[in-house]
Amino acid sequence: MEEQKKTKIMFVMRKPPHGSIYAYEGLEAILIMGAYEQEVSVVFIDDGVFALKKEQDTKPLGVKEFSKTFAALEDYDITNIYADRESLEIRGLTVDDLIIKPKLLEASEIAKIMEEQHTLLPF
Amino acid sequence: MKFGILIQDGPYNHEAADSAYNFIQAALERGHSIQGIFFYNDGVINATKLMDPPKDDRNISKRWSELGAKGIDIIVCVAAAKRRGINESVLIPNARISGLGQLTEIAIESDRLITFGSS
Repeated sequence: MEEQKKTKIMFVMRKPPHGSIYAYEGLEAILIMGAYEQEVSVVFIDDGVFALKKEQDTKPLGVKEFSKTFAALEDYDITNIYADRESLEIRGLTVDDLIIKPKLLEASEIAKIMEEQHTLLPF
Repeated sequence: MKFGILIQDGPYNHEAADSAYNFIQAALERGHSIQGIFFYNDGVINATKLMDPPKDDRNISKRWSELGAKGIDIIVCVAAAKRRGINESVLIPNARISGLGQLTEIAIESDRLITFGSS
């Protein structure tokens, strides 16, 4: 039987991890879609990069701390993880501040990858 | 063209549910088809039959149910629904509760997946 072509699905994470549920429910969606053997990728842009910040403490907020789950993405075969270089830079962050090491890209490179996608899912 | 629809925001507070509905109506009028409508995040609140707005306002959940009656697959994410108190007992007719795997299938099967209400 001919192998089915994989669908390219990219999660676009633009929102900060706290203040709304988008980053958290986005992560839940990433983990589930990762199990469907499609070509799933994730890009962190704008305040979305804060989701990857090390040493988050959500106790004062009284909400679940889920940043460490991003470190598990590789276990779900999601290895195409990108971040917008400029978004990190203008927030005073470097890759060393992050819990994982996304591939840093320029906006123009991200745009090119987005064009190749079948589906973009914004969170 | 086959469109998939993802709705990420609740009814009334913002325009997302209305924009999605208008988009779907326009697409159907032009002969396109809708592969499925998936409710995620606060979007799941669109699917409660307890909605009872004033008579002179549109009933958003009823509109979804009517699209479901036309044979369009309307799916409510189970995990997002449980968080927000939506279950089978309050679900609008002609919709179903299922998992994110269904969104994956809609994404794969559609020519375009259009999202409403993520910002």
